[in-house]
Amino acid sequence: MIDPAFSASKHLKPGERPGLTVELGALHPLRLDGGAELGPFTMAYQTYGTLNAARSNAVLVCHALTGDQFCAGDNPFTGKGGWWDKMIGPGKPLDPARYFIICSNVLGSCYGTTGPSDINPATGEPWGLTFPVITIRDMVRAQAMLVDHLNIETLFCVIGGSMGGMQVLEWAATYPERIFTAIPIATTSKHSAQNIAFHEVGRQAVMADPNWRGGAYLQEGVVPQAGLAVARMAAHITYMSESGLTRRFGRSLQDRDALAYGFDAEFQIESYLRHQGTSFVDRFDANSYLYITRAMDYFDLAADHGGLLAKAFAHSVARYCVMSFTSDWLYPTSDSRAIVHALNAVAAPVSFVEIDVDKGHDSFLLDVPEMFTILRGFLESAARQRGL
Amino acid sequence: MSDTEAVWVNRPHDIRVDLLQIARMIEPGSRVLDVGCGDGALLDYLARERGADARGIELSQAGVNACVTRGLSVVQGDADSDLKDYPSKAFDYVILSQTLQATYRPRDVVSELLRIGKRAIVSFPNFGYWRVRFNLLLTGRMPNTGTLDNPWHTTPNIHLCTVRDFVILCDELGVVIEKGLAIGKGGNPITWAQPLWLANWAADQGLFVLRKED
Repeated sequence: MIDPAFSASKHLKPGERPGLTVELGALHPLRLDGGAELGPFTMAYQTYGTLNAARSNAVLVCHALTGDQFCAGDNPFTGKGGWWDKMIGPGKPLDPARYFIICSNVLGSCYGTTGPSDINPATGEPWGLTFPVITIRDMVRAQAMLVDHLNIETLFCVIGGSMGGMQVLEWAATYPERIFTAIPIATTSKHSAQNIAFHEVGRQAVMADPNWRGGAYLQEGVVPQAGLAVARMAAHITYMSESGLTRRFGRSLQDRDALAYGFDAEFQIESYLRHQGTSFVDRFDANSYLYITRAMDYFDLAADHGGLLAKAFAHSVARYCVMSFTSDWLYPTSDSRAIVHALNAVAAPVSFVEIDVDKGHDSFLLDVPEMFTILRGFLESAARQRGL
Repeated sequence: MSDTEAVWVNRPHDIRVDLLQIARMIEPGSRVLDVGCGDGALLDYLARERGADARGIELSQAGVNACVTRGLSVVQGDADSDLKDYPSKAFDYVILSQTLQATYRPRDVVSELLRIGKRAIVSFPNFGYWRVRFNLLLTGRMPNTGTLDNPWHTTPNIHLCTVRDFVILCDELGVVIEKGLAIGKGGNPITWAQPLWLANWAADQGLFVLRKED
């Protein structure tokens, strides 16, 4: 049975989508890396603040794998604050009083931008696995079409963490002249075998669920909830650090004083992961999870530029602020250093900070005062150079 | 550059006198890398006053954070291991101010400086300074001076040398000393580093501009 919350957020008709949407690619379809063409397609996005007369204060915020376009303020899907509410808002490093902040839902996702859970106009059925496979560069090309639509030539800043950081790097490589600053946080220029392995575990969990139905579960009125929950649980472990988990949960028992010798959630960490899994299936589409993790696995910026990462940045004119976290083992500091070395090789102005924090990969979403201080300072100085 | 004044209003406009000596050696508009740039005081000054395209490397997180917050392009890294990641002849000047004595392989570091920079500017505390010599001679304890201000058990300095030692190292590496200054206790140059015995005796710090042999 479809969870009511799931159906509420997943089966909104195009006219019922919250926030802003635009139809793109009607005249000139988006040519995807995989060879297919997509168009017209819908791009869902949100903006905060006002574009100045010179159109020079636009900031593109790129969300991570399961994020959405509601990065600040209230999120109509969850009823909670936006995923980067700590970063964006009055008095915060990205202040809408100064910047025109744009956040779009990525191609292939399930929050309004066209993805596998949407209706394929050619068939009248949900795309499912007939949706073309997409890449990070495809996502960025779609974002560029949105930026064109908003009549913005140069973005003051492109910023994002994790998969958002991949998009930042891809922007720098694909549209070097269109960005003034780039801030890739807790990210990598390519997925490692270990990264791909974890994603494959998640995809296999989804596809092993009998409700997945070869990807056509929407037509059949079911959802592979169990598989998607397991995928989320596995992924969530990679977003945290061992020390953070130990500090928060240790081996504490959940709602009991002694072991019960069964397979209920005996430990708090089990209960926590189960909660993460079940709440995730209420808000995310299983096929979108397959497509977006695939896009991340395909990401290899050096390979796209003759095997030399520096070549990806050869035409870059942007100022960079690269940031990593000591306890991030998903995209460790060495990944960020590789990016910094490549930027050094082309003499790009780059700052790099490794922040000492034990909260793991997800630190960029959490309250890490040092991160906000640095980003505030970096943005402030760039804004002065830009005359904002 | 004028609108930067207001932003740095809380920051003293002057910089340490010995850093000012270095800054004066940099031609305006140069590309500069400051290795071990600390909180970025010299970089900031070079960018503001000399119009330099200034970058830095700093080991401590506190230092890097301070630099990036100031809007400087500074990378967290280690002089011993990370200079190799910079392309050859990438900078007009590479500065190593009060950092050489804290590196594991000072000889390799000096070579790397002159690979990535057309010129290197190196300053270090002079262990041949007369106060240091007397300190050790009279008290029998490790010297404590303004530039050597840590007790022996907490000092980050692992490869201390004298002005004479450094001149010999440059000779061994085939490095040309374009300019040598003996910096006195207050940070001002007290003499040209000639004759060498006098410089080695009188300098609190040695300050050298180096380039590779033609």
